Amino acid sequence: MRHLAFAAGLLGATAASAQTPELTVYTYDSFVSDWGPGPQVEAAFEETCGCDLKLVGVEDGAALLARVRLEGAHSGADVVLGLDTNLMAAAHKTGLFAPHGVSADFDLPVAWDDPVFLPYDWGWFAFVHDKGFDAPASLRSLADSDATILIRDPRSSTPGLGLLMWVRAAYGDEAGAIWEGLADNIVTVTKGWSEAYGLFMEGEADMVLSYTTSPAYHLIAEEDDSKTAAIFDEGHYMQVEVAAMMAATDQPELAGEFLRFMVSDRFQSIIPTTNWMYPAVTPAGGLPEGFETLARPGKSLLLAPEEAAALRDQALAEWRAALSR
Amino acid sequence: MARRAQPLGAGPGIGAAACLAALILGTLAAVAWRAEAGGGLTAADWAAVRFTALQAALSASLSVALAIPVARALARRRFAGRRALIALLGVPFILPVIVAVLGLLQVFGRAGWVSEALGLFGLPPVRIYGLHGVVLAHVFLNLPLATRLILQGWQEVPAERFRLAAQLGFGPWAMLRLIEVPMLRQVVPGALAVVFAICLTSFAVALTLGGGPRATTIELAIYQSFRFDFDLGRAALLSGLQIVLTTGAAVVALRLARGTGFGAGLDRPVQRWDGRGAPARAGDAAWIGGTALFLILPLAAIAASGLAGFAGLPPAVWRAAAVSLAVAGVSTGLLLLMALPMAGAVALGRYGLIEVAGLLGLAASPLVIGTGLFILLRPYTDPTALALPVTALVNAVMALPFALRILVPRASEVVERHGRLALSLGMGRGAFLRLVFLPRMRAQIGFAAGLAMALSMGDLGVIALFAGAETATLPLQVYRLMGAYRMEAAAGAALLLLALSVGSFWILDRGGRWHAEA
Repeated sequence: MRHLAFAAGLLGATAASAQTPELTVYTYDSFVSDWGPGPQVEAAFEETCGCDLKLVGVEDGAALLARVRLEGAHSGADVVLGLDTNLMAAAHKTGLFAPHGVSADFDLPVAWDDPVFLPYDWGWFAFVHDKGFDAPASLRSLADSDATILIRDPRSSTPGLGLLMWVRAAYGDEAGAIWEGLADNIVTVTKGWSEAYGLFMEGEADMVLSYTTSPAYHLIAEEDDSKTAAIFDEGHYMQVEVAAMMAATDQPELAGEFLRFMVSDRFQSIIPTTNWMYPAVTPAGGLPEGFETLARPGKSLLLAPEEAAALRDQALAEWRAALSR
Repeated sequence: MARRAQPLGAGPGIGAAACLAALILGTLAAVAWRAEAGGGLTAADWAAVRFTALQAALSASLSVALAIPVARALARRRFAGRRALIALLGVPFILPVIVAVLGLLQVFGRAGWVSEALGLFGLPPVRIYGLHGVVLAHVFLNLPLATRLILQGWQEVPAERFRLAAQLGFGPWAMLRLIEVPMLRQVVPGALAVVFAICLTSFAVALTLGGGPRATTIELAIYQSFRFDFDLGRAALLSGLQIVLTTGAAVVALRLARGTGFGAGLDRPVQRWDGRGAPARAGDAAWIGGTALFLILPLAAIAASGLAGFAGLPPAVWRAAAVSLAVAGVSTGLLLLMALPMAGAVALGRYGLIEVAGLLGLAASPLVIGTGLFILLRPYTDPTALALPVTALVNAVMALPFALRILVPRASEVVERHGRLALSLGMGRGAFLRLVFLPRMRAQIGFAAGLAMALSMGDLGVIALFAGAETATLPLQVYRLMGAYRMEAAAGAALLLLALSVGSFWILDRGGRWHAEA
């Protein structure tokens, strides 16, 4: 009997959703988690849109793009949220995304005028350490020092790829030499962010690759001000996270509405303390208390998407060669 | 070959094996078929293949070599806490990878307990990262499984053989040559093949403990082809290579493992009279104590760091725990439905292909199975809606090789010992199954079900490929907590996962053998 009731419930649910339009947003897993922005974003958007917002979590940015490519033009997604500048060129080449037509007053350290990809948050990559640790002041002095670091594999992690681009953007063709210098500082390379951060918290290394905003979590959520991010002279590479509308969406108006909502105060004020990144448009109320204590780099580095895509394979080969010695 | 009357039917087992092979090879074909033109294998891929085979061979040999004396000691000693220790042997194997790695590093890492102890004597910290670290982690994860498989071999030697050996006054050498070595020759190749296959698909453990891109395994290369290069053809090619390596190892192992020699006994509990001298006792104690310490320390580390976060676990974690229990329950049911007929068919002499089909579940990359299923299901339905059933199915397939290693030896023995009598009594197949086969297999079914349940509970599996917001399983929730900086809560959730896995394993394993010694 129970499965009959279950089937009836399913039918009922389908009938109900036929009346309210449904908007499907593919995003990365940590966005939809109970501790990410997902639940609040969903509630806030559904208040005004008269629709059902369905968030689907797919591991991380790279997996997200792979999923959309796998589904192609018949993708179930209306909007994809969670790609970054390193993935943008490949995403653009698929031709699966449509221009957003949204304008916003971005608070990004770089100019932004991409017609297809709309940023929703950003951060600077940085090495996070305990305040008591005397951190080096540049990538080069880190390479020369005996400080220990934890990094991530660029093949399985988007921040891992970010570090590759950081070294490339700062040192160009000298990047290989910097990596050779860094090789003896690297305790290990992990698959994803969580493993590396977990190991850092257990004291396996002096510093871990993360974001300048990471100490804000410890400060705001745990009232622990012992963590800080090392500021490097060469400047810090940025991660800009973007969303885009699928060209083949059957809900173009709703998708456009979601993208406008995404750069509005309501969405943007959820970001800092759930995604622990800087909002792309600073909300009217400003940043949450505690963010003003964060270290800010003097210089921002970011390769243009095409440049990043063109350099990627070479940068990976350099990295592998230097670390495989 | 003339068809001989059989107490059981082989049809269902052959059917199950065929379904399994269709699932694995079908998903692989789906991925290959969906591929756009891509590159073949690069030099880096071949380096990954070499490293993978090397670390898997080392890990398997060392795990099994160490498991032999440990299993021997456990087989001939009875002591307080022996049951608990044997139950604990199931644990490392079923831990989610990330939890196992963090636990191991809390003991063996640069800031771990061992390094701290060394520091007291002014010694430098241990350098765990490298090939030796990979092997250490794999031994930690697989030594327990190898021990259980080999221990089972010892327990399946009929009690009459030990009695006879005692009456004839066998010394340790005669015992080794006439009973133990022939038994090991039967059991060890299978154990080697299973551990080799597990280590072959290792990814996060190998990368983290290996210390960098030197430790690139095939599974990581597959991941890279999917995600970094979106080269499905290369992913399928690499996954095919993984399958060839595993089946190759399996075929060699099965060749070596043929030939039984103990004949039937009267199913009496085993009693041992050998190994009573002081040196033998001291040796066994050292093996058991050493292994227990090696396995328990990292588990204790996990428990210790989890306690703080355990009390305040958010409701989402409990919800995920309920989801995981349900998925694991369904997965265990599916597993038994596949494994029992297959074990029966192998027992009837249809080994070869069925056993190889059984190992396929281990050989195939979860990423390829998941993606293949996704491609196959998408034209008909929304795969995300099927996230949990698909996860249960894939988990069952992944646990099948272990279940077969556990069930097959006993099933063969039951058919061999009781088959002829059942036939001469004119017992129908249903009656044989109900009255003879299943009751005799209870202990093995319990062990296999417990292992499957726990494995399914701990495995992140394909859920990460399909998961929506509501369908999170407990391992996924552990990752999500870590991804949200909540390391303490994540450790608490990991402890809950550990407790649930061990609990269900223990209940099923004991349920199967509540009436028996061991």
